[in-house]
Amino acid sequence: MSATAGQMGPGPALRGDGRLRRRRLVNRLMEISASIAALVAVAVLAIVIISVASKGISSISIEFLTKNAPLFGQSGGGIANAIVGTLILVALATVMAVPVGILIGIYTSEFAGARLASLVRFVLDILNGVPTIVTGIFVFGLLVAGKAQSGWAGAFALAVIMLPIVARSAHEVLALVPKAMKESALALGVTRWKMVLRIVLPTAAGGIITGALLGVARVAGETAPLLFTSSIFANEVSTKPGGALASIPVKIFSLTEEPSPSAHSQAWGAALLLIFFILLLNVLARAIYARSSRRTTRAR
Amino acid sequence: MSQPQPQPTVSAETPQAPPPAPAAPGPAAARAGAPAREVSIERLKAFYGQAEQLKGIDLAFEPNQVTAIIGPSGCGKSTMIRCINRMHEEIPGARAEGRVLLDGADVYGEGVDVVAVRRLIGMVFQRANPFPTMSIYDNVAAGLRLTGRRRDLDRKVEEALRGAGLWDEVSDRLSAPGIGLSGGQQQRLCIARSLAVEPEVLLMDEPCSALDPIATLKIEELIEDLKQRVTIVIVTHNMQQAARVADRTAFMLDGRLVEVGPTQDIFTNPRDTRTEEYVTGKFG
Repeated sequence: MSATAGQMGPGPALRGDGRLRRRRLVNRLMEISASIAALVAVAVLAIVIISVASKGISSISIEFLTKNAPLFGQSGGGIANAIVGTLILVALATVMAVPVGILIGIYTSEFAGARLASLVRFVLDILNGVPTIVTGIFVFGLLVAGKAQSGWAGAFALAVIMLPIVARSAHEVLALVPKAMKESALALGVTRWKMVLRIVLPTAAGGIITGALLGVARVAGETAPLLFTSSIFANEVSTKPGGALASIPVKIFSLTEEPSPSAHSQAWGAALLLIFFILLLNVLARAIYARSSRRTTRAR
Repeated sequence: MSQPQPQPTVSAETPQAPPPAPAAPGPAAARAGAPAREVSIERLKAFYGQAEQLKGIDLAFEPNQVTAIIGPSGCGKSTMIRCINRMHEEIPGARAEGRVLLDGADVYGEGVDVVAVRRLIGMVFQRANPFPTMSIYDNVAAGLRLTGRRRDLDRKVEEALRGAGLWDEVSDRLSAPGIGLSGGQQQRLCIARSLAVEPEVLLMDEPCSALDPIATLKIEELIEDLKQRVTIVIVTHNMQQAARVADRTAFMLDGRLVEVGPTQDIFTNPRDTRTEEYVTGKFG
Protein backbone atom coordinates (compact mmCIF):
# COMPACT_ATOMS: atom_id res chain seq x y z
CA MET A 1 0.00 0.00 0.00
CA SER A 2 2.45 2.58 1.14
CA ALA A 3 4.60 1.87 -1.95
CA THR A 4 2.17 3.96 -4.03
CA ALA A 5 2.75 7.02 -1.89
CA GLY A 6 4.93 8.47 -4.70
CA GLN A 7 3.43 11.79 -5.77
CA MET A 8 2.09 12.61 -2.31
CA GLY A 9 5.48 12.89 -0.75
CA PRO A 10 6.20 11.28 2.58
CA GLY A 11 3.47 9.62 4.59
CA PRO A 12 0.94 6.98 3.74
CA ALA A 13 -1.09 7.16 0.51
CA LEU A 14 -4.50 8.22 1.70
CA ARG A 15 -5.89 9.58 -1.54
CA GLY A 16 -5.98 6.40 -3.59
CA ASP A 17 -4.82 6.01 -7.16
CA GLY A 18 -6.76 5.45 -10.42
CA ARG A 19 -7.30 1.76 -9.83
CA LEU A 20 -8.81 2.41 -6.43
CA ARG A 21 -11.12 5.04 -7.89
CA ARG A 22 -12.27 2.57 -10.52
CA ARG A 23 -13.02 -0.01 -7.87
CA ARG A 24 -15.05 2.51 -5.99
CA LEU A 25 -17.00 3.31 -9.15
CA VAL A 26 -17.75 -0.37 -9.81
CA ASN A 27 -18.77 -0.74 -6.21
CA ARG A 28 -21.15 2.19 -6.51
CA LEU A 29 -22.57 0.83 -9.76
CA MET A 30 -23.30 -2.58 -8.32
CA GLU A 31 -24.85 -1.02 -5.27
CA ILE A 32 -27.18 1.07 -7.40
CA SER A 33 -28.25 -1.77 -9.68
CA ALA A 34 -28.95 -4.04 -6.72
CA SER A 35 -31.00 -1.28 -5.11
CA ILE A 36 -32.99 -0.79 -8.29
CA ALA A 37 -33.69 -4.53 -8.53
CA ALA A 38 -34.99 -4.53 -4.97
CA LEU A 39 -37.11 -1.50 -5.77
CA VAL A 40 -38.62 -3.31 -8.78
CA ALA A 41 -39.84 -6.11 -6.51
CA VAL A 42 -41.49 -3.63 -4.20
CA ALA A 43 -42.95 -1.73 -7.15
CA VAL A 44 -44.45 -4.86 -8.73
CA LEU A 45 -46.23 -5.73 -5.51
CA ALA A 46 -47.40 -2.15 -5.09
CA ILE A 47 -48.73 -1.99 -8.66
CA VAL A 48 -50.57 -5.29 -8.30
CA ILE A 49 -52.16 -4.24 -5.04
CA ILE A 50 -53.06 -0.76 -6.25
CA SER A 51 -54.57 -1.94 -9.53
CA VAL A 52 -56.54 -4.74 -7.87
CA ALA A 53 -57.70 -2.38 -5.17
CA SER A 54 -58.73 0.38 -7.56
CA LYS A 55 -60.66 -1.96 -9.82
CA GLY A 56 -62.11 -4.13 -7.10
CA ILE A 57 -63.02 -1.73 -4.34
CA SER A 58 -66.24 -0.64 -6.08
CA SER A 59 -67.56 -4.22 -6.01
CA ILE A 60 -67.03 -4.74 -2.30
CA SER A 61 -70.26 -4.33 -0.41
CA ILE A 62 -72.25 -6.11 2.23
CA GLU A 63 -74.26 -7.73 -0.52
CA PHE A 64 -71.10 -8.90 -2.26
CA LEU A 65 -69.93 -10.60 0.91
CA THR A 66 -73.22 -12.11 2.01
CA LYS A 67 -75.17 -13.01 -1.16
CA ASN A 68 -74.67 -15.58 -3.85
CA ALA A 69 -74.62 -14.98 -7.57
CA PRO A 70 -77.91 -13.61 -8.94
CA LEU A 71 -80.12 -15.41 -11.39
CA PHE A 72 -79.06 -15.31 -14.99
CA GLY A 73 -79.19 -11.86 -16.55
CA GLN A 74 -79.56 -9.95 -13.28
CA SER A 75 -76.84 -7.84 -11.76
CA GLY A 76 -75.75 -7.59 -8.12
CA GLY A 77 -75.31 -10.59 -5.91
CA GLY A 78 -72.06 -11.75 -4.41
CA ILE A 79 -69.64 -14.52 -3.65
CA ALA A 80 -70.73 -15.68 -0.20
CA ASN A 81 -70.55 -19.32 -1.23
CA ALA A 82 -66.95 -18.88 -2.41
CA ILE A 83 -65.89 -17.13 0.80
CA VAL A 84 -67.38 -19.84 2.99
CA GLY A 85 -66.03 -22.55 0.71
CA THR A 86 -62.48 -21.19 0.74
CA LEU A 87 -62.50 -20.92 4.52
CA ILE A 88 -63.64 -24.53 4.86
CA LEU A 89 -61.25 -25.88 2.21
CA VAL A 90 -58.28 -24.07 3.70
CA ALA A 91 -59.20 -25.08 7.24
CA LEU A 92 -59.49 -28.74 6.26
CA ALA A 93 -56.21 -28.59 4.35
CA THR A 94 -54.53 -27.01 7.38
CA VAL A 95 -55.82 -29.71 9.69
CA MET A 96 -54.46 -32.35 7.32
CA ALA A 97 -51.11 -30.81 6.45
CA VAL A 98 -49.90 -29.02 9.58
CA PRO A 99 -49.61 -31.95 12.03
CA VAL A 100 -47.95 -34.17 9.44
CA GLY A 101 -45.68 -31.33 8.32
CA ILE A 102 -44.56 -30.61 11.87
CA LEU A 103 -43.85 -34.29 12.44
CA ILE A 104 -41.77 -34.41 9.27
CA GLY A 105 -39.84 -31.35 10.45
CA ILE A 106 -39.25 -33.02 13.83
CA TYR A 107 -38.07 -36.16 12.08
CA THR A 108 -35.60 -34.38 9.81
CA SER A 109 -34.23 -32.07 12.47
CA GLU A 110 -34.20 -34.32 15.54
CA PHE A 111 -34.32 -37.99 14.67
CA ALA A 112 -33.02 -38.72 11.18
CA GLY A 113 -29.33 -39.10 10.45
CA ALA A 114 -27.69 -36.34 8.47
CA ARG A 115 -27.91 -38.10 5.09
CA LEU A 116 -31.44 -39.34 5.45
CA ALA A 117 -32.54 -35.91 6.68
CA SER A 118 -31.07 -34.15 3.68
CA LEU A 119 -32.66 -36.73 1.38
CA VAL A 120 -36.08 -36.10 2.92
CA ARG A 121 -35.55 -32.35 2.65
CA PHE A 122 -34.61 -32.77 -1.01
CA VAL A 123 -37.80 -34.75 -1.61
CA LEU A 124 -39.80 -32.02 0.11
CA ASP A 125 -38.22 -29.41 -2.14
CA ILE A 126 -39.21 -31.41 -5.21
CA LEU A 127 -42.73 -31.82 -3.88
CA ASN A 128 -42.81 -28.08 -3.35
CA GLY A 129 -41.80 -27.60 -6.96
CA VAL A 130 -44.44 -29.89 -8.44
CA PRO A 131 -46.80 -27.72 -10.53
CA THR A 132 -50.06 -27.45 -8.67
CA ILE A 133 -52.04 -28.49 -11.71
CA VAL A 134 -50.19 -31.81 -11.56
CA THR A 135 -51.13 -32.16 -7.91
CA GLY A 136 -54.70 -31.43 -8.96
CA ILE A 137 -54.69 -34.14 -11.63
CA PHE A 138 -53.12 -36.57 -9.18
CA VAL A 139 -55.82 -35.99 -6.59
CA PHE A 140 -58.45 -36.10 -9.32
CA GLY A 141 -57.24 -39.56 -10.31
CA LEU A 142 -57.03 -40.65 -6.69
CA LEU A 143 -60.23 -39.30 -5.18
CA VAL A 144 -62.50 -37.89 -7.86
CA ALA A 145 -62.34 -40.01 -11.03
CA GLY A 146 -65.24 -42.41 -11.06
CA LYS A 147 -66.75 -40.67 -8.05
CA ALA A 148 -67.67 -37.02 -7.71
CA GLN A 149 -65.89 -33.80 -6.88
CA SER A 150 -65.82 -33.01 -3.21
CA GLY A 151 -64.52 -30.53 -0.70
CA TRP A 152 -62.49 -33.35 0.80
CA ALA A 153 -60.68 -33.92 -2.48
CA GLY A 154 -60.04 -30.19 -2.90
CA ALA A 155 -58.77 -29.85 0.66
CA PHE A 156 -56.55 -32.89 0.20
CA ALA A 157 -55.01 -31.38 -2.93
CA LEU A 158 -54.35 -28.15 -1.04
CA ALA A 159 -52.86 -30.15 1.84
CA VAL A 160 -50.42 -31.86 -0.54
CA ILE A 161 -49.25 -28.42 -1.66
CA MET A 162 -49.06 -27.12 1.89
CA LEU A 163 -47.18 -30.09 3.35
CA PRO A 164 -43.66 -29.35 2.07
CA ILE A 165 -43.98 -25.68 3.03
CA VAL A 166 -44.91 -26.53 6.60
CA ALA A 167 -42.36 -29.33 6.90
CA ARG A 168 -39.47 -27.30 5.53
CA SER A 169 -40.16 -24.28 7.69
CA ALA A 170 -40.65 -26.49 10.75
CA HIS A 171 -37.29 -28.08 10.06
CA GLU A 172 -35.58 -24.71 9.72
CA VAL A 173 -36.88 -23.31 12.99
CA LEU A 174 -36.34 -26.54 14.92
CA ALA A 175 -32.75 -26.59 13.71
CA LEU A 176 -32.38 -23.05 15.08
CA VAL A 177 -33.05 -24.19 18.63
CA PRO A 178 -29.61 -24.11 20.27
CA LYS A 179 -27.98 -27.50 20.58
CA ALA A 180 -26.90 -26.67 24.11
CA MET A 181 -30.54 -26.45 25.13
CA LYS A 182 -31.33 -29.85 23.69
CA GLU A 183 -28.28 -31.31 25.37
CA SER A 184 -29.12 -29.90 28.74
CA ALA A 185 -32.57 -31.46 28.53
CA LEU A 186 -31.09 -34.82 27.57
CA ALA A 187 -28.56 -34.52 30.38
CA LEU A 188 -31.43 -34.29 32.85
CA GLY A 189 -32.44 -37.79 31.87
CA VAL A 190 -35.30 -36.69 29.68
CA THR A 191 -36.18 -38.93 26.75
CA ARG A 192 -35.62 -37.57 23.27
CA TRP A 193 -39.31 -37.36 22.47
CA LYS A 194 -40.12 -35.52 25.72
CA MET A 195 -37.23 -33.19 25.01
CA VAL A 196 -38.65 -32.42 21.58
CA LEU A 197 -42.20 -32.05 22.83
CA ARG A 198 -41.61 -29.96 25.93
CA ILE A 199 -38.39 -28.06 25.28
CA VAL A 200 -37.75 -27.79 21.55
CA LEU A 201 -41.29 -27.35 20.23
CA PRO A 202 -42.31 -24.59 22.67
CA THR A 203 -39.10 -22.73 21.89
CA ALA A 204 -39.73 -22.99 18.17
CA ALA A 205 -43.51 -22.61 18.34
CA GLY A 206 -43.58 -19.11 16.88
CA GLY A 207 -41.58 -20.11 13.84
CA ILE A 208 -43.67 -23.22 13.28
CA ILE A 209 -46.89 -21.20 13.41
CA THR A 210 -45.35 -18.74 11.00
CA GLY A 211 -44.55 -21.53 8.56
CA ALA A 212 -48.05 -22.91 8.85
CA LEU A 213 -49.58 -19.48 8.20
CA LEU A 214 -47.39 -18.98 5.16
CA GLY A 215 -48.57 -22.37 3.93
CA VAL A 216 -52.17 -21.30 4.47
CA ALA A 217 -51.53 -18.06 2.61
CA ARG A 218 -50.01 -19.98 -0.26
CA VAL A 219 -52.84 -22.46 -0.74
CA ALA A 220 -55.62 -19.94 -0.14
CA GLY A 221 -54.95 -18.57 -3.60
CA GLU A 222 -54.49 -21.87 -5.43
CA THR A 223 -56.82 -22.41 -8.36
CA ALA A 224 -55.41 -25.26 -10.41
CA PRO A 225 -55.74 -28.06 -7.85
CA LEU A 226 -59.35 -27.10 -7.22
CA LEU A 227 -60.40 -27.04 -10.88
CA PHE A 228 -60.48 -30.83 -11.04
CA THR A 229 -61.49 -31.54 -7.51
CA SER A 230 -63.94 -28.94 -6.28
CA SER A 231 -65.13 -26.64 -9.06
CA ILE A 232 -68.62 -27.83 -10.02
CA PHE A 233 -70.41 -26.26 -7.13
CA ALA A 234 -73.94 -25.09 -6.60
CA ASN A 235 -74.83 -21.43 -6.36
CA GLU A 236 -75.53 -21.63 -2.67
CA VAL A 237 -73.57 -21.54 0.54
CA SER A 238 -72.53 -25.07 1.43
CA THR A 239 -70.64 -26.21 4.48
CA LYS A 240 -70.58 -29.88 3.56
CA PRO A 241 -67.20 -31.03 2.22
CA GLY A 242 -68.87 -34.22 0.96
CA GLY A 243 -69.85 -32.23 -2.13
CA ALA A 244 -67.89 -29.75 -4.17
CA LEU A 245 -67.29 -26.46 -2.35
CA ALA A 246 -67.01 -23.09 -3.98
CA SER A 247 -63.76 -21.15 -3.55
CA ILE A 248 -62.62 -17.62 -4.23
CA PRO A 249 -59.89 -18.46 -6.78
CA VAL A 250 -62.15 -20.74 -8.82
CA LYS A 251 -64.89 -18.14 -8.55
CA ILE A 252 -62.54 -15.49 -9.91
CA PHE A 253 -61.67 -17.77 -12.79
CA SER A 254 -65.28 -18.49 -13.69
CA LEU A 255 -66.33 -14.84 -13.32
CA THR A 256 -63.62 -13.75 -15.76
CA GLU A 257 -64.93 -16.31 -18.25
CA GLU A 258 -68.34 -14.71 -18.23
CA PRO A 259 -69.17 -12.17 -20.91
CA SER A 260 -70.78 -9.52 -18.68
CA PRO A 261 -68.88 -6.48 -17.39
CA SER A 262 -70.54 -6.78 -14.00
CA ALA A 263 -69.09 -10.27 -13.63
CA HIS A 264 -65.67 -8.87 -14.48
CA SER A 265 -65.88 -6.21 -11.83
CA GLN A 266 -67.02 -8.85 -9.37
CA ALA A 267 -63.92 -10.84 -10.30
CA TRP A 268 -61.83 -7.81 -9.38
CA GLY A 269 -63.68 -7.55 -6.10
CA ALA A 270 -63.04 -11.20 -5.33
CA ALA A 271 -59.39 -10.76 -6.25
CA LEU A 272 -59.13 -7.84 -3.87
CA LEU A 273 -60.68 -9.89 -1.09
CA LEU A 274 -58.28 -12.76 -1.73
CA ILE A 275 -55.19 -10.58 -1.85
CA PHE A 276 -56.27 -8.80 1.31
CA PHE A 277 -56.72 -12.13 3.10
CA ILE A 278 -53.30 -13.37 1.98
CA LEU A 279 -51.56 -10.13 2.91
CA LEU A 280 -53.17 -10.29 6.32
CA LEU A 281 -51.89 -13.83 6.84
CA ASN A 282 -48.38 -12.82 5.79
CA VAL A 283 -48.29 -9.86 8.11
CA LEU A 284 -49.63 -11.97 10.95
CA ALA A 285 -47.01 -14.66 10.28
CA ARG A 286 -44.30 -12.00 10.31
CA ALA A 287 -45.48 -10.56 13.58
CA ILE A 288 -45.63 -13.93 15.29
CA TYR A 289 -42.17 -14.82 14.10
CA ALA A 290 -40.70 -11.50 15.21
CA ARG A 291 -42.17 -12.01 18.66
CA SER A 292 -40.92 -15.54 19.09
CA SER A 293 -37.46 -15.15 17.59
CA ARG A 294 -36.62 -12.67 20.30
CA ARG A 295 -36.95 -15.61 22.64
CA THR A 296 -34.59 -17.94 20.83
CA THR A 297 -31.97 -15.31 20.17
CA ARG A 298 -31.96 -14.18 23.77
CA ALA A 299 -31.41 -17.76 24.83
CA ARG A 300 -28.28 -18.10 22.82
CA MET B 1 -4.73 -46.23 37.97
CA SER B 2 -8.17 -47.56 38.58
CA GLN B 3 -8.77 -50.30 41.03
CA PRO B 4 -12.15 -51.85 40.34
CA GLN B 5 -13.51 -52.00 43.83
CA PRO B 6 -15.47 -54.90 45.17
CA GLN B 7 -18.72 -53.01 45.20
CA PRO B 8 -22.04 -54.80 45.13
CA THR B 9 -22.45 -55.33 41.44
CA VAL B 10 -25.48 -53.56 40.15
CA SER B 11 -27.29 -55.18 37.32
CA ALA B 12 -27.96 -53.14 34.26
CA GLU B 13 -30.98 -50.99 34.74
CA THR B 14 -34.10 -51.63 32.85
CA PRO B 15 -35.68 -48.64 31.14
CA GLN B 16 -37.31 -46.30 33.60
CA ALA B 17 -35.65 -48.11 36.47
CA PRO B 18 -34.96 -46.08 39.61
CA PRO B 19 -31.35 -45.48 40.61
CA PRO B 20 -29.25 -48.64 40.67
CA ALA B 21 -29.26 -48.31 44.37
CA PRO B 22 -28.20 -51.18 46.59
CA ALA B 23 -29.92 -49.52 49.52
CA ALA B 24 -31.78 -46.61 48.06
CA PRO B 25 -35.43 -47.32 47.72
CA GLY B 26 -36.56 -43.74 48.00
CA PRO B 27 -35.27 -40.36 46.92
CA ALA B 28 -31.98 -38.97 48.05
CA ALA B 29 -33.41 -38.24 51.46
CA ALA B 30 -33.29 -41.96 52.13
CA ARG B 31 -29.66 -41.90 51.15
CA ALA B 32 -28.78 -38.88 53.19
CA GLY B 33 -25.53 -39.55 54.93
CA ALA B 34 -24.72 -42.37 52.57
CA PRO B 35 -21.65 -41.69 50.50
CA ALA B 36 -22.14 -40.58 46.92
CA ARG B 37 -21.21 -42.88 44.08
CA GLU B 38 -17.76 -43.62 42.84
CA VAL B 39 -17.11 -43.37 39.13
CA SER B 40 -14.26 -45.17 37.50
CA ILE B 41 -13.25 -45.15 33.91
CA GLU B 42 -11.46 -48.11 32.37
CA ARG B 43 -9.63 -48.10 29.04
CA LEU B 44 -11.94 -45.39 27.77
CA LYS B 45 -11.54 -44.50 24.11
CA ALA B 46 -13.70 -41.99 22.30
CA PHE B 47 -14.01 -41.32 18.61
CA TYR B 48 -15.44 -38.66 16.36
CA GLY B 49 -15.92 -40.57 13.15
CA GLN B 50 -12.47 -41.98 12.47
CA ALA B 51 -10.60 -39.57 14.73
CA GLU B 52 -9.59 -40.99 18.06
CA GLN B 53 -10.01 -38.26 20.63
CA LEU B 54 -9.48 -40.29 23.79
CA LYS B 55 -6.76 -42.90 23.54
CA GLY B 56 -7.45 -45.16 26.47
CA ILE B 57 -8.02 -43.55 29.83
CA ASP B 58 -8.13 -45.14 33.26
CA LEU B 59 -9.25 -42.85 36.02
CA ALA B 60 -11.28 -43.07 39.21
CA PHE B 61 -13.38 -40.32 40.75
CA GLU B 62 -13.80 -40.84 44.44
CA PRO B 63 -17.14 -40.38 46.16
CA ASN B 64 -17.83 -37.00 47.74
CA GLN B 65 -14.67 -35.58 46.28
CA VAL B 66 -14.15 -32.87 43.72
CA THR B 67 -11.89 -33.94 40.90
CA ALA B 68 -10.67 -31.27 38.51
CA ILE B 69 -9.65 -32.12 34.96
CA ILE B 70 -7.06 -29.76 33.54
CA GLY B 71 -5.18 -29.71 30.27
CA PRO B 72 -4.76 -27.63 27.14
CA SER B 73 -7.61 -27.05 24.69
CA GLY B 74 -8.43 -30.06 22.59
CA CYS B 75 -6.86 -32.56 24.96
CA GLY B 76 -10.16 -34.38 25.41
CA LYS B 77 -11.32 -33.10 28.82
CA SER B 78 -14.84 -32.34 27.73
CA THR B 79 -15.06 -35.46 25.61
CA MET B 80 -14.10 -37.53 28.62
CA ILE B 81 -16.73 -36.17 30.96
CA ARG B 82 -19.34 -36.35 28.21
CA CYS B 83 -18.55 -40.05 27.98
CA ILE B 84 -19.38 -40.49 31.65
CA ASN B 85 -23.08 -39.69 31.20
CA ARG B 86 -23.13 -40.87 27.60
CA MET B 87 -23.72 -37.41 26.15
CA HIS B 88 -20.78 -38.00 23.82
CA GLU B 89 -22.85 -40.28 21.64
CA GLU B 90 -25.39 -37.52 20.99
CA ILE B 91 -22.95 -36.05 18.48
CA PRO B 92 -23.46 -37.63 15.06
CA GLY B 93 -20.69 -40.08 14.30
CA ALA B 94 -19.33 -40.11 17.83
CA ARG B 95 -18.82 -43.30 19.82
CA ALA B 96 -16.94 -44.58 22.81
CA GLU B 97 -15.23 -47.81 23.85
CA GLY B 98 -14.20 -49.07 27.24
CA ARG B 99 -16.04 -49.04 30.52
CA VAL B 100 -17.43 -46.36 32.79
CA LEU B 101 -18.40 -47.84 36.13
CA LEU B 102 -20.84 -46.17 38.47
CA ASP B 103 -20.29 -47.98 41.74
CA GLY B 104 -19.31 -51.04 39.75
CA ALA B 105 -22.16 -50.93 37.23
CA ASP B 106 -21.05 -50.26 33.67
CA VAL B 107 -23.01 -47.40 32.13
CA TYR B 108 -22.11 -48.81 28.73
CA GLY B 109 -23.30 -52.28 29.75
CA GLU B 110 -25.84 -54.25 27.84
CA GLY B 111 -29.44 -53.31 28.55
CA VAL B 112 -28.50 -50.03 30.17
CA ASP B 113 -30.83 -47.17 29.31
CA VAL B 114 -29.00 -43.90 28.60
CA VAL B 115 -31.90 -42.00 30.09
CA ALA B 116 -31.45 -43.79 33.42
CA VAL B 117 -27.71 -43.10 33.32
CA ARG B 118 -28.29 -39.39 32.85
CA ARG B 119 -30.72 -39.21 35.75
CA LEU B 120 -27.95 -40.39 38.04
CA ILE B 121 -25.14 -38.43 36.45
CA GLY B 122 -26.09 -34.79 36.01
CA MET B 123 -24.29 -32.24 33.91
CA VAL B 124 -23.71 -28.50 33.98
CA PHE B 125 -22.57 -26.93 30.74
CA GLN B 126 -20.11 -24.23 29.87
CA ARG B 127 -22.72 -21.64 29.03
CA ALA B 128 -25.74 -21.14 31.22
CA ASN B 129 -28.72 -22.22 29.17
CA PRO B 130 -32.00 -22.01 31.05
CA PHE B 131 -34.99 -23.13 29.00
CA PRO B 132 -36.13 -19.82 27.49
CA THR B 133 -39.83 -20.58 27.51
CA MET B 134 -39.87 -21.38 31.21
CA SER B 135 -40.00 -19.50 34.47
CA ILE B 136 -37.39 -19.92 37.18
CA TYR B 137 -39.62 -22.42 38.95
CA ASP B 138 -40.41 -24.35 35.78
CA ASN B 139 -36.75 -24.53 34.83
CA VAL B 140 -35.90 -26.22 38.10
CA ALA B 141 -38.98 -28.42 37.94
CA ALA B 142 -38.40 -29.35 34.29
CA GLY B 143 -36.27 -32.40 34.93
CA LEU B 144 -38.71 -33.75 37.50
CA ARG B 145 -41.79 -33.07 35.41
CA LEU B 146 -40.34 -34.45 32.22
CA THR B 147 -39.27 -37.62 33.96
CA GLY B 148 -42.67 -38.15 35.50
CA ARG B 149 -41.90 -37.20 39.10
CA ARG B 150 -44.56 -34.65 39.82
CA ARG B 151 -45.03 -35.18 43.53
CA ASP B 152 -43.75 -32.69 46.06
CA LEU B 153 -42.56 -30.33 43.36
CA ASP B 154 -42.62 -27.18 45.49
CA ARG B 155 -40.43 -28.69 48.15
CA LYS B 156 -37.99 -30.22 45.68
CA VAL B 157 -37.69 -27.00 43.70
CA GLU B 158 -36.99 -25.03 46.86
CA GLU B 159 -34.42 -27.59 47.99
CA ALA B 160 -32.67 -27.51 44.64
CA LEU B 161 -32.62 -23.71 44.57
CA ARG B 162 -31.29 -23.62 48.13
CA GLY B 163 -28.74 -26.25 47.14
CA ALA B 164 -27.60 -24.03 44.30
CA GLY B 165 -27.42 -20.99 46.59
CA LEU B 166 -30.05 -19.16 44.59
CA TRP B 167 -33.16 -19.39 46.77
CA ASP B 168 -32.70 -16.13 48.64
CA GLU B 169 -32.22 -14.22 45.41
CA VAL B 170 -35.21 -15.59 43.54
CA SER B 171 -37.75 -16.82 46.10
CA ASP B 172 -39.95 -13.78 45.51
CA ARG B 173 -40.02 -14.10 41.72
CA LEU B 174 -40.17 -17.79 40.95
CA SER B 175 -42.58 -17.19 38.11
CA ALA B 176 -40.27 -14.72 36.35
CA PRO B 177 -38.55 -16.03 33.22
CA GLY B 178 -35.29 -17.87 33.84
CA ILE B 179 -33.47 -15.97 31.13
CA GLY B 180 -34.11 -12.70 32.97
CA LEU B 181 -31.48 -13.55 35.57
CA SER B 182 -27.85 -12.45 35.44
CA GLY B 183 -25.24 -14.74 33.91
CA GLY B 184 -24.04 -16.08 37.24
CA GLN B 185 -27.58 -16.56 38.49
CA GLN B 186 -28.49 -18.36 35.29
CA GLN B 187 -25.62 -20.76 35.79
CA ARG B 188 -26.71 -21.42 39.37
CA LEU B 189 -30.22 -21.92 38.03
CA CYS B 190 -28.81 -24.57 35.71
CA ILE B 191 -27.05 -26.16 38.65
CA ALA B 192 -30.35 -26.15 40.55
CA ARG B 193 -32.03 -27.71 37.53
CA SER B 194 -29.46 -30.50 37.58
CA LEU B 195 -29.71 -30.96 41.35
CA ALA B 196 -33.50 -31.18 41.29
CA VAL B 197 -33.43 -34.62 39.72
CA GLU B 198 -31.18 -35.75 42.57
CA PRO B 199 -28.15 -36.99 40.68
CA GLU B 200 -25.38 -38.76 42.52
CA VAL B 201 -22.62 -37.51 40.31
CA LEU B 202 -22.36 -34.00 38.87
CA LEU B 203 -20.25 -33.29 35.82
CA MET B 204 -19.32 -29.66 35.27
CA ASP B 205 -17.88 -28.64 31.94
CA GLU B 206 -16.07 -25.33 32.51
CA PRO B 207 -19.04 -23.98 34.45
CA CYS B 208 -17.43 -20.62 35.18
CA SER B 209 -15.72 -19.83 31.91
CA ALA B 210 -18.41 -17.33 30.92
CA LEU B 211 -18.76 -15.74 34.36
CA ASP B 212 -17.22 -12.78 36.12
CA PRO B 213 -14.98 -13.32 39.16
CA ILE B 214 -17.70 -12.73 41.75
CA ALA B 215 -20.14 -15.11 40.11
CA THR B 216 -17.27 -17.58 39.77
CA LEU B 217 -16.53 -17.33 43.47
CA LYS B 218 -20.16 -18.09 44.30
CA ILE B 219 -20.10 -21.21 42.15
CA GLU B 220 -16.86 -22.35 43.70
CA GLU B 221 -18.32 -21.99 47.19
CA LEU B 222 -21.29 -23.93 45.98
CA ILE B 223 -19.10 -26.76 44.70
CA GLU B 224 -17.59 -27.02 48.16
CA ASP B 225 -21.09 -27.50 49.64
CA LEU B 226 -22.31 -29.83 46.93
CA LYS B 227 -19.61 -32.39 47.44
CA GLN B 228 -21.30 -33.38 50.67
CA ARG B 229 -24.04 -34.84 48.50
CA VAL B 230 -22.54 -35.72 45.16
CA THR B 231 -19.34 -36.74 43.49
CA ILE B 232 -18.13 -33.86 41.35
CA VAL B 233 -16.00 -33.83 38.24
CA ILE B 234 -15.13 -30.37 36.98
CA VAL B 235 -13.37 -29.51 33.76
CA THR B 236 -11.59 -26.20 34.00
CA HIS B 237 -9.19 -24.07 32.04
CA ASN B 238 -8.43 -22.06 35.11
CA MET B 239 -5.70 -23.64 37.17
CA GLN B 240 -6.30 -21.37 40.14
CA GLN B 241 -9.83 -22.66 40.13
CA ALA B 242 -8.66 -26.24 40.13
CA ALA B 243 -6.35 -25.42 43.01
CA ARG B 244 -9.17 -23.75 44.95
CA VAL B 245 -11.97 -26.27 44.55
CA ALA B 246 -10.53 -29.67 43.77
CA ASP B 247 -9.50 -32.40 46.18
CA ARG B 248 -7.87 -34.24 43.36
CA THR B 249 -6.66 -33.06 39.98
CA ALA B 250 -6.07 -34.95 36.77
CA PHE B 251 -3.90 -33.60 33.98
CA MET B 252 -4.71 -34.66 30.44
CA LEU B 253 -2.72 -34.19 27.28
CA ASP B 254 -3.52 -35.24 23.74
CA GLY B 255 -6.24 -37.71 24.64
CA ARG B 256 -4.29 -39.37 27.42
CA LEU B 257 -4.19 -39.05 31.17
CA VAL B 258 -0.76 -37.82 32.20
CA GLU B 259 -1.21 -37.96 35.92
CA VAL B 260 -3.75 -37.71 38.70
CA GLY B 261 -3.30 -37.10 42.38
CA PRO B 262 -4.14 -34.85 45.29
CA THR B 263 -4.43 -31.31 43.96
CA GLN B 264 -1.64 -30.14 46.23
CA ASP B 265 0.78 -32.65 44.71
CA ILE B 266 -0.16 -31.89 41.11
CA PHE B 267 0.55 -28.21 41.56
CA THR B 268 3.55 -28.33 43.84
CA ASN B 269 5.17 -31.65 43.28
CA PRO B 270 4.09 -33.25 40.00
CA ARG B 271 5.68 -36.52 39.03
CA ASP B 272 5.60 -35.86 35.30
CA THR B 273 7.63 -33.06 33.74
CA ARG B 274 4.81 -32.32 31.28
CA THR B 275 2.46 -31.66 34.18
CA GLU B 276 5.02 -29.37 35.72
CA GLU B 277 5.46 -27.46 32.48
CA TYR B 278 1.72 -27.06 32.10
CA VAL B 279 0.93 -25.95 35.65
CA THR B 280 3.81 -23.50 35.62
CA GLY B 281 2.55 -22.00 32.37
CA LYS B 282 5.31 -23.14 30.03
CA PHE B 283 2.72 -24.34 27.50
CA GLY B 284 -0.99 -24.82 27.03
